[in-house]
Amino acid sequence: MIIVRSHFDKIYALWLRETKVFLREKSRLVASTFTPLLWLFVIGTGFGSSTSLTLHSVDYQKFIFPGIVCMSVVFSSVFFGSYIIWDRKFDFLKSVMVAPVSRATIFTGKTFGGMTNSLIQAAILLVVGIIIGIQFSPFAMIQTILVILLLSFALTSLGLTLGSYMTSLEGFQMIMSFVVFPLFFLSGALFPIDKLPQWLSILTTIDPVTYAVDALRNIILGIGSKTFGLDMSILISYAAALGALGSYSFRRMKAV
Amino acid sequence: MRVISGICYLIHISNLTKRYDKLVAVNNLNLDIGENEVFGLLGPNGAGKTTLIHMLATLLRPTSGSATVNGFDIITKPSKVRSSIGIVFQAPSSDDLLTGYENLKLHAMLYEVPPDSREKRINDAFELVGLTERKHDQVKKYSGGMRRRLEIARGLIHKPKVLFLDEPTLGLDPASRETMWKYIQKLVKEEKLTIILTTHYMEEADVLCKRIGIIDKGKIIALDTPSRLKSLIGGDVVKIKLRAGDSNIEPLRNLGFIHKIEFVNGYVILNVDDASRNIPEILKCVDVETVESSSPTLNDVFLKLAGRSIKEQAEGGFMERYIQYDNR
Repeated sequence: MIIVRSHFDKIYALWLRETKVFLREKSRLVASTFTPLLWLFVIGTGFGSSTSLTLHSVDYQKFIFPGIVCMSVVFSSVFFGSYIIWDRKFDFLKSVMVAPVSRATIFTGKTFGGMTNSLIQAAILLVVGIIIGIQFSPFAMIQTILVILLLSFALTSLGLTLGSYMTSLEGFQMIMSFVVFPLFFLSGALFPIDKLPQWLSILTTIDPVTYAVDALRNIILGIGSKTFGLDMSILISYAAALGALGSYSFRRMKAV
Repeated sequence: MRVISGICYLIHISNLTKRYDKLVAVNNLNLDIGENEVFGLLGPNGAGKTTLIHMLATLLRPTSGSATVNGFDIITKPSKVRSSIGIVFQAPSSDDLLTGYENLKLHAMLYEVPPDSREKRINDAFELVGLTERKHDQVKKYSGGMRRRLEIARGLIHKPKVLFLDEPTLGLDPASRETMWKYIQKLVKEEKLTIILTTHYMEEADVLCKRIGIIDKGKIIALDTPSRLKSLIGGDVVKIKLRAGDSNIEPLRNLGFIHKIEFVNGYVILNVDDASRNIPEILKCVDVETVESSSPTLNDVFLKLAGRSIKEQAEGGFMERYIQYDNR
């Protein structure tokens, strides 16, 4: 009982630190909320105003809304995870690793922090979505939050995995170009994925974000290309695999 | 606790080695450190001090050899070792976006301090390092010296048996350095604690430590109290200039407290016991124009043993870290 309690305390303490830091770095919060809004309103309205782009009988802005929610989750989760490089640079990570805390506990605390972080940003977008006329039933809202948390868990784990192997901040740019943007563009966030050439179709099938986008389209617009159940099953598998990879990487990460 | 021939050792290091590709950072090192001891590891940068501390703190796995801390093996019982130690790293490691209080609370929870004694421990720790007034300020508003003191408070929150201080005053200005020394001395007096500190400042080791291990190239080359280490040099040095025309130094040869007489650049260099008491005797024997005396420092000891001096190298670490913090 005491052991369980102290475990919970440690995860809570680490989560609390992440959340406080996130809320105090106002510029980071504002910047990362602004970018998806730019996409939603500028790209959404810009492409949407050309009449031929009415997809599945919804206007383009609404069509990309689920994709933009996922985009915000992709950016915030992967960055949150790889932000661990800063923790290492400032020795904060060392001070945690020298405490009697298992690597799995540190990983869990970090991941919960990342999920909270992503959920707060996505929540802002969901409110914007309601303002532009997207309707959520309470059940759809719960499903949406579930998808966001799953995707965020998977991608925070991916970010933490990458961050645990990197030693310099220069790696950030690499993650941006080779992980974040491909995850986003290949997910079909901005276009329908059912009539793609084969090479592109293969890539979208591999991308875990594809299934989150599709799940949200199912829930919000009722126009998914797969069933919600299938989307969720694949997403859960990705989350489990990336979570396992992340905690493995944490265990073998060097302390100094 | 390990008892060897009736003496209690809190730390027992045996044949500990850490090898990197080509470099041997810690070389077959043996050392025992007792309870409630203030032990200094003195050596130049790169001598292996930090590597040794990192191994004892279970952050780095030794290549070979073994060590116990508070009776727990650093390789097989890392979690027990971690609960037994507090550590202050060379560079500050608190989160500067959190307040001092929040940082301490975080660590109190990580170290399993029982919930009902957390507040008291945190307050006591702030009191001890004199930061009570500033505990609810964000750490980024702290000065360099205050950050170091916060790290010490953090290191004490779980009442460890051993506190490691890795270069506790590196990069601090002289005034903050002396303040830091005062707090460390207070700690020694008020807490039952073994302190192991690494430093490359001779004066720091001299002022704070009961026993010093001089470390060079991964090996302990001398181990004793500061005064006994200095006596290896053989007393004080007195440098006199004789008044012109008087070159008769024969009377000096009869004085028992003078061990050695040398002539360098027109000066007479004497190796004497207790210079402050014996200089008047010297002045009675010869006609002196100027006289200076100096006591041996630990640097002289290092010079004698290692054949070079402990260079006070450029101190990048701490201030660089400071600047990076601001750019976050």
